[in-house]
Amino acid sequence: MAATEIILAGFGGQGVLFAGKILAYCGLLDNKELSWLPSYGPEMRGGTANCSVCISDEPIGSPLVTTPDILIAMNQPSFDKFINDVKPGGKVFYDSTLIESDCSRTDIEIFAIPSTKLADENELKGGSNIVLLGKVIKETGIFTLDTMKKCIEKVVPPTKAQLIANNFKAIEIGMNN
Amino acid sequence: MAVVFERPKSLLDVPTHYCPGCTHGIVHRLVAEVMDEMGIEGDTVGVCPVGCSVMAYDYFGCDMIEAPHGRAPAVATGVKRTNPDKFVFTYQGDGDLAAIGTAETVHAATRGENIVVIFINNTIYGMTGGQMAPTTLPGQVTQTTPFGRDPQLAGYPVRVCEMLSTLTGTAYAQRVAVDSVPHIREAKKAIRKAFETQKDKKGFSIVEVLSTCPTNWGLTPTEAIKRLQDEMIPYYPLGVYKDTTEEGNK
Amino acid sequence: MERNLMKGNEALAEAAIRAGCKCFFGYPITPQTELAAYMAKRMNKAGGVFLQAESEIAAINMVLGAASTGVRAMTSSSSPGISLKSEGISYIAGSDLPAVIINVQRGGPGLGGIQPSQADYWQATKALGHGDFHLLVYAPASVQEMVDMVVKAFDKADEYRMPAMILADGLLGQMMEPVSFPEISANPTDKSSWAADGHKGKREHHIVNSLYLKPDELEKSVADRFARYDAIKASETDAELYLTEDCDILLCAFGATARVVKSAVNEARAQGIKAGLFRPKTLWPFPEKELNEAAKSAKKLLSVEMSMGQMIDDIKLAINCSKPVEFYGRTGGVIPNPAEILAEIKKVGGAE
Repeated sequence: MAATEIILAGFGGQGVLFAGKILAYCGLLDNKELSWLPSYGPEMRGGTANCSVCISDEPIGSPLVTTPDILIAMNQPSFDKFINDVKPGGKVFYDSTLIESDCSRTDIEIFAIPSTKLADENELKGGSNIVLLGKVIKETGIFTLDTMKKCIEKVVPPTKAQLIANNFKAIEIGMNN
Repeated sequence: MAVVFERPKSLLDVPTHYCPGCTHGIVHRLVAEVMDEMGIEGDTVGVCPVGCSVMAYDYFGCDMIEAPHGRAPAVATGVKRTNPDKFVFTYQGDGDLAAIGTAETVHAATRGENIVVIFINNTIYGMTGGQMAPTTLPGQVTQTTPFGRDPQLAGYPVRVCEMLSTLTGTAYAQRVAVDSVPHIREAKKAIRKAFETQKDKKGFSIVEVLSTCPTNWGLTPTEAIKRLQDEMIPYYPLGVYKDTTEEGNK
Repeated sequence: MERNLMKGNEALAEAAIRAGCKCFFGYPITPQTELAAYMAKRMNKAGGVFLQAESEIAAINMVLGAASTGVRAMTSSSSPGISLKSEGISYIAGSDLPAVIINVQRGGPGLGGIQPSQADYWQATKALGHGDFHLLVYAPASVQEMVDMVVKAFDKADEYRMPAMILADGLLGQMMEPVSFPEISANPTDKSSWAADGHKGKREHHIVNSLYLKPDELEKSVADRFARYDAIKASETDAELYLTEDCDILLCAFGATARVVKSAVNEARAQGIKAGLFRPKTLWPFPEKELNEAAKSAKKLLSVEMSMGQMIDDIKLAINCSKPVEFYGRTGGVIPNPAEILAEIKKVGGAE
């Protein structure tokens, strides 16, 4: 498989970098080559945050993604900033609770999911990022549900078992909406 | 014939480069005597500054490190933190300790680094030929204050013991002088106490030694001693500024 | 071997601990701070010392003190902080002390920026402080290489009694990649002939020093050091040669830039352009022999750097200006992308 290049973007505090880490860990569990690169600096603190994730069977060249195959956008500025960079044939996932799309591109697939609203309704506060990931694995098949669940178990400390259950639930909500 | 006076073992039998009448030799001897008396020469690492005592590594019998200008307390920190069972001391002049190395001095003290700092205050830069030091007295003529130090232009002298004694990490701070036999005995006691403080793991110790520089002051050795007594001691009062040891708590 | 997912900065720290680093002295600066944070968490548990210094200057001098006693010591920073350390690095070199210094480069000069850069190449390879001296300079291009090179840097610093630098950048420091930790066999070098760690009354006192007031003595100490440098130049160069055997255009790049260049070379090959990549892994000593080997069939060379062109001089010298050497670079924290490098390959005539 050629490299799958992903950008995740949103406000600091929405769990953008964490969601990116989940994808990177999934790549690790699937024995893929992968890279994860955060934006860093003062803008992390409450401004916009984004990260680049590359998943491939070949060694990764530049870890910085400029033209993503997959864009996961969690706020309006990020959506607006990256939507025109998505490769033709690429897929875009966005939180329609917070973003209004006026995108007229027909060469990409766009999936709107009210992830913040869904997370809140299911008492999964802060789970919007994982809801989006559930949608991503369903629509792209980049990772299996099984891999992502294993990954969650690996990255969430065992002392926070409730979080594991919550994340599983968030993935399923994303897959079913 | 009984030997009544001899060179301390921790002071090597080599000629020093110090000028006639310079008091570095006295202070070197006191430090060496303390190492001998405590039997710690083989477990001591000394750190030299940049300044007149830059070559003290050739004179002390313990292992020695030559530090960049002002950085001796940082170098000593590196030694002590990785070798907590060793005795570590720095030997620094006023330019080294209170000008270029102020940050290293203050932070070693505030961290309570368990080291001894021997601080030679002679109110002048000796090695470079007599320029203004941070401790140069108001009105004192030096190469870079040819009309006398004017506090309006060059600020005021730093009182190091007073400053460092405000820091919690400082365990022991005393100012002594080497102008007379009683004062020299007092200086020896202070240096011994600083090393004992390190042995007891109490923290940072500093012994400030008021010293002379006849060459750069343009005075004879006896005139220099008199200047120390008449001009320096009034500005830099002798005494214990901080003592957190049991003795000090009495 | 188990694959872990780690940031470059954290991998550098973990590798150092496994390589027997006994103390870390640092000061916070973006984009290397995770390294110090990792050390703060792990070093004491590993039986070593972590200390946050009051300045970069103090940190490098703490390294000097610890290294003087014969323990493996390290500090890390990013570009402006390395400038502050340069005094201490010169003293460490002049005192023949082994130590490892990490530079996770950011843009300069001055306060510059915080995004990745390679603009400290000149500083690292030519003038990291005053006086006649060199450091060993290693340039990793992946998180795994950061691990491998830290271990090597400690060993070689010990072997040659000199400072060694890992010249990384913000991209490598911040990114996560799979990484494995090799079984590191502790191979402590015997430092008892010079370490100033207390003579116990059993030997002459040791002096760690860089002062020689007599010109002939200083000249001799420098000449002895340069004789060692000659041996290092002969045996310690390292480089990766990628698709160079038949290349018409040879791209030269190190560190993170080399990853991007490799992508561009692959794309050029797919389009029928015979491009190759020369990637020095040691910047000092510069792999001259390896470059000449790589450049054999090349008609042109193209140096790609995240700077205004600093390695290009070493490239021209290594091939004795026998072929045209072009340059393409981005600076200030801008990371070039494969498309712009491919365009440059075509522009400088790789297609002919």
